[in-house]
Formats: sequence, structure tokens, C-alpha cells
Amino acid sequence: MAEYTTFEHDVLVIGAGGAGLRAAIEASAAGVSVGLICKSLLGKAHTVMAEGGMAAAMGNVDDRDNWKVHFSDTMRGGQYVNNWRMAELHAKEAPDRVRELEAWGAVFDRTKDGKILQRNFGGHRYPRLAHVGDRTGLELIRTLQDHGIHQGIDVHMEVTVISLLKDGDRVVGVFAYEREHGRFRVFKAKAVILATGGVGRAYKITSNSWEGTGDGHALAYHAGAELIDMEFIQFHPTGMVWPPSVRGIFVTEGVRGEGGILKNSEGKRFMFDDIPDLYKDQTAKDPEEGWRYTQGDKSANRPPELLTRDHVARCINREVKAGRGSPHGGVYLDIAWIKEKLPNSVEHIKKKLPSMYHQFMQLANLDITTTPMEVGPTTHYIMGGIRVDADTQASTLPGLYAAGECASGINGANRLGGNSLSDLIVFGKRAGEYAAKFAKENGHGSIDDSQIEAEAKRALEPFEREGGDNPFNIQHDLQDMMQKLVGIVRLEDEMQEALAGLEKLNERASRSSITGNVDFNPGWHTALDLRNLLTVSEAITRSAIERKESRGGQFREDYPNKDPEFAKFNIAVKEVDGRMQISRVPLPEMPAELKAVIEEMG
Amino acid sequence: MKATFSIRRGGREGGEMVDYQTEVTEGMVVLDAVHQIQAESAPDLACRWNCKAGKCGSCSAEINGMPKLMCMTRMDTIDTSQPVTIEPMRAFPVVKDLIADVSWNYDVKKRIKKFKPRPPDAEDGTWRMQQEDIDRVQEFRKCIECYLCQDVCHVLRDHVKHEEFIGPRFLVYSAALEMHPLDTEDRTEDLKDMFGIGYCNITKCCTKVCPEHITITDNAIIPLKERVVDEHYDPLAKLVRIFRKKK
Repeated sequence: MAEYTTFEHDVLVIGAGGAGLRAAIEASAAGVSVGLICKSLLGKAHTVMAEGGMAAAMGNVDDRDNWKVHFSDTMRGGQYVNNWRMAELHAKEAPDRVRELEAWGAVFDRTKDGKILQRNFGGHRYPRLAHVGDRTGLELIRTLQDHGIHQGIDVHMEVTVISLLKDGDRVVGVFAYEREHGRFRVFKAKAVILATGGVGRAYKITSNSWEGTGDGHALAYHAGAELIDMEFIQFHPTGMVWPPSVRGIFVTEGVRGEGGILKNSEGKRFMFDDIPDLYKDQTAKDPEEGWRYTQGDKSANRPPELLTRDHVARCINREVKAGRGSPHGGVYLDIAWIKEKLPNSVEHIKKKLPSMYHQFMQLANLDITTTPMEVGPTTHYIMGGIRVDADTQASTLPGLYAAGECASGINGANRLGGNSLSDLIVFGKRAGEYAAKFAKENGHGSIDDSQIEAEAKRALEPFEREGGDNPFNIQHDLQDMMQKLVGIVRLEDEMQEALAGLEKLNERASRSSITGNVDFNPGWHTALDLRNLLTVSEAITRSAIERKESRGGQFREDYPNKDPEFAKFNIAVKEVDGRMQISRVPLPEMPAELKAVIEEMG
Repeated sequence: MKATFSIRRGGREGGEMVDYQTEVTEGMVVLDAVHQIQAESAPDLACRWNCKAGKCGSCSAEINGMPKLMCMTRMDTIDTSQPVTIEPMRAFPVVKDLIADVSWNYDVKKRIKKFKPRPPDAEDGTWRMQQEDIDRVQEFRKCIECYLCQDVCHVLRDHVKHEEFIGPRFLVYSAALEMHPLDTEDRTEDLKDMFGIGYCNITKCCTKVCPEHITITDNAIIPLKERVVDEHYDPLAKLVRIFRKKK
């Protein structure tokens, strides 16, 4: 018999980044009891890494901005395979969610007339990102954390969920372990919200922390929920490339928003060479116009460096492949050049981009106020995730909700920078609200002991095996393979090879063994996380094979163009009899008034 | 080049320093070395980390006795002719290996009165604040809660006054609330009575170790001490208070 402790909550939130915290606060405010599970300590979730800001059409800097422009920017950025209803709700509700943060103590940078300042970002037509220097994610998480701890939420820190427990079709709880002593815990809940973030750890070069192992994606999938859009991965154009140990660490788009430019080894500003038709009318004609845009000239169009992330990442990739890269396989990102324009550029850069200055100084020994940075694409974000209802964030399983990066729909084929933090608070709130409603309308389900026994046995198996592979090695091999075969540029043959590789890795993982005991043992944790990484890797690969076109985060060298046929549906995966089944889910028809908005906005 | 790392291993009951050798390459930080050791020879070596970019404050440890973030400490700043020691923060109980039990900090924060804004006073139902009025508060809000300042503070580290003193981190947190232009709460009495602000004798060790370069002592603690003095030790103010109480 497995030993475990049982906890009971009306609503259980898994994940304590922006979405999870916002959901927990909302559910708690609705008067139900709330448990919040953090994989790490409270306040350390990956949200802290978000730098640039949160997009909300408040119009504080440019009064031409409103929800309609934000909505159409988001749909355009997502290449029109977004869930239009989510994009609509997001654009309409983000301003209120941002102002609410201010009422909870957030201290955003200000305009001259004392309002919340907003900055330019890729794909956003007007300055739209509320921000705090380049540490907006930290401000968001700390504000929610400091507000949330007074709301009566039960916080369970350093606890990892390893499976969802069901009563029939309905999700009624979770099975988990606490890290310090590896003891098992069963959480019973009337409703469960997944807010577990991303999957970046499936790739070798990533800006994600060890936690980004696709837990929510995999938990939902193995419980029978549908995932959609898993082929759409955002490779952020600017990650650090040197020194090796920091490869992949994120360099904020804010650098380009403040006037930073991209150059190749020949000193050429290559982004002007390739501007997609969809954005021709919105892009600067020359460097001078681009500079004026970054300095707030309302009559200027944005520089091509601020085109969408998928496009900029591919252009960088192209330069490097053509032999015009920097010494360590990236290109140059130059903010130091603005000294030609601003007499106090050194102070200006330090004030606007303090953590970037700090990060390069400390980790790369490089002063960004005088020297260009070397940057290259890094796995940053997954647009795909758990399929949810736009209004309620309910998954395809009763009692299971999802919000934030692990949910899908709002971003379509490519997410605009700044739309993630606002997604967290808009849909985190909605998930909390509707999960609380579900919890009020339904009692606790019953959990069959055999489910718990089976999960406990599976979790402890790596200790009983001997002579198998070290889980760290299997994870490294998986990351290498996904980077090489299912990365920025994809080909059918390579992805078929990846599927075969995944089968072998799954087999190795099933034989992996670990040493030590269950007390705070990273080897064991890695072994358990591996299952999730392997599951999401398969979902990414199969979905990418199914989408025989290039769109947003998916670039197929064998199908380099967009195909209108593929604009009609999302690709979904679901577990059926232990196997991954793939299907095409038609996109819902957009109502006439929203179509009119898109046409009106050009 | 190989280097030797002497790392504290063991649980709450006690532990010992164990030596590991691993290859040190260009640009590596201490956290990389720890990860390499995990993958090569000690998969059960416990350490906390998340962002690996100095933004989450998880990987705090004592490297050659100095409180630091492992992810921001480059190997080329350390003398590797001697074994490099890595230990958990000493001001807190050890959980295992490099993991310190920092739960006390979470309990302390809960005891500090929350943000209480004045009613919105702008026409659109929000507030107006000038950038120069929030610069100071923004400095405090850079804190990543790594607790290195708590670790180095002698009131906690040597005198173990965890019951009576909240430490530099929470003085900074209190200062951020007290100096927030919208906040209407008064925390000075708590700072004086429950949170032991008087224990700080301004040795500035906390400021020195702060990875976010927050001027903890000069900008947060000293002004807070002044507020406490103004409100609670000023004889005139004392009279006014007595009068108010009687009323």
C-alpha cells in the first residue's frame, strides 16, 4: 500500500506563475477554498523572466490605440488561426487587469502626466506594453504573490504533480510528491486549474528553466484532454549565444523597442531585405523612419527589427546559414549605436534596460552601452497547449481548466511579445472565476485507490531498476534531437526520424535508473519529468508533420509557403488507447462584426 | 581545466563536505559546475535553481564563504588552485545539501500589513503618480528575494534573532510599502515593536551582497529608522498620541 497524505480544496491550482496566482486569487475571492501548488518556491516561477511588458490597449501614450487595434494585431500576428473569441476577450479585458495590478501595489513606469507608461513592441501597432524597466514579469509575480498571501490561499511549495486523478470522465484531484522527503500527496478538488507554463526544456537551446517540462500539457493529455496547435513553437530571435553556459538566455525585445538594430558580420542591417507582404504597409521605409518610431514619432512606421518573432528568428537563421553570422553563430544586436542620436546614451540604456546591461556585464563581460551583443534564436514559448473554451477556460474534460502558456488558442501560429503577461492575468482570472463556479455547483468526486497505487508504483520504479541510463543523459539526448530535427526549420524526413528517435528514448526512459533515496533528489525528479517531455515532444512532432505548410512558429522547408487550406483548422492530439491520435478541428466562424474590425484596421 | 569543488552533502541532521572534480570551461558559472557534477557523478545532489539569469533568486549559496547567486558567479572570478567550497546559506536551517529552509521568510512577509491604497482620485478611476515619486520604490521592488541579505545579516546569522527581527529583506519590503505614494497604512509601530528595526546597527553587509545592487541600508533602513524615531520618540508627537488616545 502506498503511503500518502490527503488534502482537500474546492479549487486546486497547479502552477504559481502569473496565471496560477491570478486564478487562485480570483477563485479565493469567489468564496471557495483554494490550494495552490508550486513546483518551486513561491515567487520563483518562470514569469519572473518576462522582461518587456504586458500588452493592454490603454492608449496612455498614443490615444489612437484601442481594443480593436490590439485584437487585429493579435490575429495578424497569429496568422489568423487564433481562437478569435480569446483574442477578443484578451484585447478588451487586458486594460482592466493591468489597472487592477496597480490597485494591488504594482509600480509601473510613468508617462509625463503620471499615467502608466507604454512601450513599443514587435507586432503591436502602437506603444502598448505597460512595463517596469525590463523586469515587468518580476513586478507581476511579486504583486500577485504579495496580494495573494493575504487571501487565505493554501500554498503548497516544492510539490510536483505527477498525474491527474479522475472519477469517470471528470478530473477530481491530483497525485503529487513533495520535494524535501519525496512523500506522496493526494489532493482532492472539485475543480483543477492547470497553469504550468511551457515546454522549453524539450530543446537544447532554450530560455526556459528546469521547470518548463510541459507538465500541464502532459498531465491533461494523459487524462484524456485534447491539445491543439502543438506544432507552433516560438523561437525567440534574440537569445544569448556566448559564452556556452549562457546560450539561450533571453535578451528582451525591449532592446529593439528602444532602438536596437540587427546586423550581420558584414555590418549590414539585414532586416530591411525581407519584409513580409502582410506587414509592408506598417514597416519603416528606411533606418531614419525606424529610429523616429522608437522615439515615439506617431507618423513613423516601425523598424523591421520589430516584425513578429517568428519572422525575425528565421531571418537570423538565414544570415547564420549563409555564413554571415557572428563568431559564435549568431548575429549582432546593437543598441550602443544610439550614441549617434542621444548624447546621454550610456545612462539612457542603463535606465531603460538595466537587467540587460547587468546580464551581459556579469555573464559575458560585455558592456552593451559600447559593444554590440551576439544573439541567436532560442526556444522561448509554445503557442500550443490544452484546448480550452474561450470564455471559461474549461478544457475538454469536466472539472479541468487551464490558463496561461499551457492553454492554447489566443496566440494562433505566433504570439506577439507582451501578449503573454496580459494573457496570464486575463485568462488566469477567468479560469479562477469559472473553476470556482464549477466547484460551487459540484461536490467532490470519488477517487479509486487503484489509481493511486498504480501512480505510486510507477513513480518509484526508477529506484528499483539497476544499470539503466542516467535520466540526465536521456534528457540531454532528447534536447539534442529535438533541436536538430524539429527546430526552427522542419522537414518531413527529419521529423519521421525524430519519431523513431522518440520511440528509442521512451524505451530508454522506461529502463532509466537512479541512485540515492527520495529525499530532494534531482535525478529522480528528472526521471519523472522525462515522461512529460517525451509526451510533448511527440505531440510537437506529430502536429508539425500534419501541418504541411509554413505559418508562424512552424516553418517547413518542404512546404515553405502558407496554404489557405490549413487556415481552416487547428491540429489536435488526444490519447486514445494509449496512442496519440491526431485530428483536424475546424476553426469556428468569426462573427461579421469582428471580421469588420480586421478589415477596418487593415 | 579540472577544478575541485568541495560541496556540503547531507540532510537536516548533519552533513559533511565532499570533493568533486569537474571540467571548467570558458564562461562557466558556479551553477554550471554544480549541474555538471549532478550529471556526471552525483545525480542526487540537491540545489535550487530556476532562471539561471539572476532574476529569480533561487540559487543562493555560500561560495568560498561568500553569500552569492551561483548562476551569476563566473568561474573565472574564482581561484581554482584551491578546492572551491559551496555551502547552503547559514542563517537558515539546512534541508539537504545546498538547500536551505527559507520558509521563515514567507511567514515573516505575511505578518507585514498589506498595501492599502488611497481611493482612486483621477477622473478615470485610477491614480496619477510622477516617475520621480516612484523611483525609490522601484529600486526596492527590484528585489528578487534571494535572501542573501538575510543570510549575511549578523543579527540573524550570528545572534539568531529570527523571532524578534525581520531582517534587511523585509525592511526593504516595508520601505517599499511605506514609501509607495498611494499607500495609506502605517507600519512604523510594528517596525519598532514586532519587527525589531532597532537591532540593525547599519553595518551595511546586506547592501554589499545584494545582487540587485539595492542600497538597502542607506535608502531603505535608515529612512525607516528615521520615521520610527519621528513618530515614536519625538516627545511632541508622543504627547499628541496620548491626547488622541484619551479622546
